[in-house]
Amino acid sequence: MFETARKLGLNGVLEIQVGIAEFKVGREPLVIVTLGLGSCVGVTLYDPYNRVGGLLHVMLPRVADFTKGVSKPTKFADLGIPILLKEVLKMGADRRFLEAKIAGGAQMFTGADNKFQLNIGERNVEAVRETLKALAIKIVAEDVGGSRGRTMMLHTVTGRVVLKMLGSQVKEI
Amino acid sequence: MEPPLEQYVDALKEIGSIGIGNAVTALAHFLSIKVNITVPKAMFVPIEGIFDVIGNVEAPAAAVVQRVEGDLSGTLMFFFPKQNALELVTRLLEAPPGSIQEIDEMGQSVLMEVGNILTGSFLTAISGMTRLTIVPAVPMFTFDMLGSIISSSLLCTGMVEDIVLLIETEIFAEEHLVSGDFAFFFDVGSLGTLFKRLGL
Repeated sequence: MFETARKLGLNGVLEIQVGIAEFKVGREPLVIVTLGLGSCVGVTLYDPYNRVGGLLHVMLPRVADFTKGVSKPTKFADLGIPILLKEVLKMGADRRFLEAKIAGGAQMFTGADNKFQLNIGERNVEAVRETLKALAIKIVAEDVGGSRGRTMMLHTVTGRVVLKMLGSQVKEI
Repeated sequence: MEPPLEQYVDALKEIGSIGIGNAVTALAHFLSIKVNITVPKAMFVPIEGIFDVIGNVEAPAAAVVQRVEGDLSGTLMFFFPKQNALELVTRLLEAPPGSIQEIDEMGQSVLMEVGNILTGSFLTAISGMTRLTIVPAVPMFTFDMLGSIISSSLLCTGMVEDIVLLIETEIFAEEHLVSGDFAFFFDVGSLGTLFKRLGL
C-alpha cells in the first residue's frame, strides 16, 4: 500500500526514500534519502571502492529496553545496524572498506515533560556508536545532537552525505 | 495492515469528529471567527509509511505536541505551517498585520495556549463520551521540519508499536489564512479499552 517514493533528482539520478524504522541499500548512481530525522538517527554504511551503500533510519536505542515492539527489528539501533550490514554486504560491499556516517539524535522539544523526552536522541546516538564499535565499523563523520531536525542524503557515487536543516545552509559530512 | 482493525475506522472517525468539533468551537470562540474543519480521516498507518500519509514533511511547521496517558494513550498534535502560525500569533496578539515574522518566545506561548485549548476540549469530549480516564501531559512546542516533529513525538514512552492509528483533520478559517492540522496518533495497544467501552 505504501510504495517507496522514487523520483528522479535534479541531476537525473534516481532517489529512493527511507521511511521511519526502514533501511534501503543500493549501488551507484543512486541517492538514498531519509526525511524527518529528529531524535531518530540516520546511519549510513558505504564502501568507497565498490560504491555500494545503505541508509537506516533508527528510532530507538536497544530492543532490551522495551517490553514490546520486537516485530520490527529495524526500529532499533542494536538490531537494525547488523541487518543493514548484512544487506550492504549482500549488495557487494567489502566489509574491510565499510565506513559509517551518522546524523540525528536531536532534542526537539521545549517543555517540561521529562517522561516524554527520556533523552531518546542521546540514547539513540550512544546505542548506534556502541553497535558500530562492536561490529568494528569506523564512524568517519557525524553530525548529531542539537535541537533541529535533519534530512539526510547518501550519494552512492561519492559516499558524500548531505544534511539539510531548517534555517541553515546545506551541510556535507 | 491488520484487517480486523479496519472495521472500527468509522467509529473512530465519529469520535474524532466529536472531539475536533468541540475543540474547534473553543478555537472559534477564542478567535471570534468562524472556523471550519474537514471530515476527519481515520486510518491505520505502518510507521514507515507515516511520511507518505502526512506529506510535505520538509516544510517548516509550528507544532504543539501533547502526550496522553490513562485508559487511552497516544500523542496529540496540532501543527500549523509557518505562515499560518505567524498569522495566528499576529491575530491573537492584535499586532499590526505583517509585523510578526518570526515565532519568538511570546509567539510560542501563544501557540501553546491555543494548542492547550484545542487538545483540552478534544479530550474532554472524548472522555465525556466514553467515560474513559484520559490524563494529558504538559504540552510541548517546537518549530522545525514537519517530518522531524512527527517522528520525534512518536518516539515518546510507549509509542514503539509498528502501526499507529492516525485521526487527522484540517482546520481552516478566513479562506485558509488560518489553517492547521490536527492529528491524534493512538497507541494501537490501548484501543481495546476504547472499543470495549463503546460496545464494539
